[in-house]
Amino acid sequence: MDLVQKQKSLQDYTKSLFLEGILDSQFLQLQQLQDESNPDFVSQVVTLFFQDSDRILNDLSLSLDQQVVDFKKVDPHVHQLKGSSSSIGAQRVKNACVVFRSFCEQQNVEACHRCLQQVKQEYYLVKNRLETLFKLEQQIVASGGMIPAVELGF
Amino acid sequence: MMNPSHGRGLGSAGGSSSGRNQGGGGETVVEMFPSGLRVLVVDDDPTCLMILERMLRTCLYEVTKCNRAEMALSLLRKNKHGFDIVISDVHMPDMDGFKLLEHVGLEMDLPVIMMSADDSKSVVLKGVTHGAVDYLIKPVRMEALKNIWQHVVRKRRSEWSVPEHSGSIEETGERQQQQHRGGGGGAAVSGGEDAVDDNSSSVNEGNNWRSSSRKRKDEEGEEQGDDKDEDASNLKKPRVVWSVELHQQFVAAVNQLGVEKAVPKKILELMNVPGLTRENVASHLQKYRIYLRRLGGVSQHQGNLNNSFMTGQDASFGPLSTLNGFDLQALAVTGQLPAQSLAQLQAAGLGRPAMVSKSGLPVSSIVDERSIFSFDNTKTRFGEGLGHHGQQPQQQPQMNLLHGVPTGLQQQLPMGNRMSIQQQIAAVRAGNSVQNNGMLMPLAGQQSLPRGPPPMLTSSQSSIRQPMLSNRISERSGFSGRNNIPESSRVLPTSYTNLTTQHSSSSMPYNNFQPELPVNSFPLASAPGISVPVRKATSYQEEVNSSEAGFTTPSYDMFTTRQNDWDLRNIGIAFDSHQDSESAAFSASEAYSSSSMSRHNTTVAATEHGRNHQQPPSGMVQHHQVYADGNGGSVRVKSERVATDTATMAFHEQYSNQEDLMSALLKQEGIAPVDGEFDFDAYSIDNIPV
Repeated sequence: MDLVQKQKSLQDYTKSLFLEGILDSQFLQLQQLQDESNPDFVSQVVTLFFQDSDRILNDLSLSLDQQVVDFKKVDPHVHQLKGSSSSIGAQRVKNACVVFRSFCEQQNVEACHRCLQQVKQEYYLVKNRLETLFKLEQQIVASGGMIPAVELGF
Repeated sequence: MMNPSHGRGLGSAGGSSSGRNQGGGGETVVEMFPSGLRVLVVDDDPTCLMILERMLRTCLYEVTKCNRAEMALSLLRKNKHGFDIVISDVHMPDMDGFKLLEHVGLEMDLPVIMMSADDSKSVVLKGVTHGAVDYLIKPVRMEALKNIWQHVVRKRRSEWSVPEHSGSIEETGERQQQQHRGGGGGAAVSGGEDAVDDNSSSVNEGNNWRSSSRKRKDEEGEEQGDDKDEDASNLKKPRVVWSVELHQQFVAAVNQLGVEKAVPKKILELMNVPGLTRENVASHLQKYRIYLRRLGGVSQHQGNLNNSFMTGQDASFGPLSTLNGFDLQALAVTGQLPAQSLAQLQAAGLGRPAMVSKSGLPVSSIVDERSIFSFDNTKTRFGEGLGHHGQQPQQQPQMNLLHGVPTGLQQQLPMGNRMSIQQQIAAVRAGNSVQNNGMLMPLAGQQSLPRGPPPMLTSSQSSIRQPMLSNRISERSGFSGRNNIPESSRVLPTSYTNLTTQHSSSSMPYNNFQPELPVNSFPLASAPGISVPVRKATSYQEEVNSSEAGFTTPSYDMFTTRQNDWDLRNIGIAFDSHQDSESAAFSASEAYSSSSMSRHNTTVAATEHGRNHQQPPSGMVQHHQVYADGNGGSVRVKSERVATDTATMAFHEQYSNQEDLMSALLKQEGIAPVDGEFDFDAYSIDNIPV
């Protein structure tokens, strides 16, 4: 695939993420923060997000698996995940967190378990997609090309 | 936005002031202003922290980040003048963001912006009551950060303006002094700004910011001087650390003069502390007023509530109210409550234009304070019923309450507050609608203001005054009025209307209230359309329905029609007010806390759905987020997944937040004085979480 095709693929792929609601406009904000002086900003932030989220999801699983679930601990985690996912534009993850939190407030353990599963699902989805995205970008860069700006008309 | 000249500033030791100083003209300086702003950002979430840092750097600010509140505090302490503004997350593991906010306000007197993914009204309100200058909802967008410099400027200006109000003589005297010093400092008044360029100290930075934002070059001249070490010389507006001793001296002076009469110049004279500037005193006075107001507001609020539904309590809160009344005034006088906002609030409540006296303490404020206590005067004109109340405080130069130690006062207040709060809460819980509470109008002087429909005002009063109670109150009071009012339109309009003078929600009987408390009672809003949910679910349902009829779709319509009038205050109330006093209180507190509600009204009106045990129907998130276009002031109401028929549900759900608010309020009772600046513009809702 030549460079132009790759770039086109990347653009299409990125667009699809937005159209599917996996990413939202906040992600665009991140992309705008990337420039020559910070060429890897987006991937750096996203990597950080992944690391942090892995930890949070882990903690959440542990907390929910306790005999007696301490929602006072669960809620802050979900809250943080909501904040970080929304900050990078992982819309679906954020939405899942919102639902999760409401069940936390109700102290509904079973619903929370389901919510956690949902959050995890969305998280792995976005993680997977973004990793693919970055790979595409790397290929383009490696071929000497520029990452095309995403024009989504948001 | 950033002036390319930032390079100079950024490179300088103290941070970039150069950008700011260029041009000598106020305008030019302001343009260059933001670059080099020294921001400290605190967030335990590493992702957000990184993004924020990047965004802030893109705005050409100087950014320091840290992920722990304790570290942030020690950084600030070590480098007292090293930062211009602090942005902090609310939920942090090692320290509550609000605690940090209080510390920063108390110790360093820096503007603090709170942020969170949590957009629930109660939390936002907390930000207000603790003195945050702004509240950002995550995800934070660049646009929100670009304008944070305004808070720095505003803070400086407000500190400046307070002394100015003290009188022209003072002013002249100051100027002369300043000029003298300025001259000594090598900067003529007009040339002050140039001189600043040469100063790269962080202190000067602060001054620069200030001066650039100021219209008064004269005063700027004062600051300019080669003053790194001149904090004591009054040249700059140094961030004086108010030690306990100093504060005691301050309070003694204030008491001696009379809280409502205390003006910075006189306080300064009485204190006789070398090196203390009038500006220092003025800004401290402002904070003190806010603090007193908060304390007083609580009791007042309680008093009000009590009035409305607990006649027996008159005795109990009578004294309290007196105390409160004084307190409020004291607060206002001492600057705890920004005088201007107080004036506005009161004026709003009374339907008068805010009259802010020179001293920054609106004359009416005193009266207003009183009115807070009385439930029944919703619409009293200031002069009337209030007059007599007003007299009292005025005549008492020193209230016993205020005497002595500030701590004494504080102690008293909390006590009173506690009582009243509990009473209020009990009353509220008992379902006594704070009938009057609908309006947190400070106007409601308890003492028999011969006003009309009682309901409206009472609730309002409390809400405004008490940051603590605000949560509860706002919800309740805003709408509690409704309960009393037979018409559905009642409460809602009241609270809202009070808030927005401009709104003439004619439909509401309380229209008259509207003008009264624009600021005070319902900061959140005039959401006439929104029927304030009565505390009782059933009743509010009715009301909601009925009000809806009157107002079309709640919230949405109101917002659209009210766009211009929306203040932060207004907005919040509209939606959240369904909860009687709580909302009212909330809005009220917001109202007064934000002395300048700019169009930037973005309130986190959305209430947390299902926060309380109500299970929010999935589609019914009442995210009525009203946010204003930063430039335009147009207010858009965005409701997340709100269906029209869910309005009632929304209200209902929001209504369920009362408990939250109440508990929050209760918790807040013992809150330490907050020195946070109340120049709270608005909550920015840059991103409506979807």
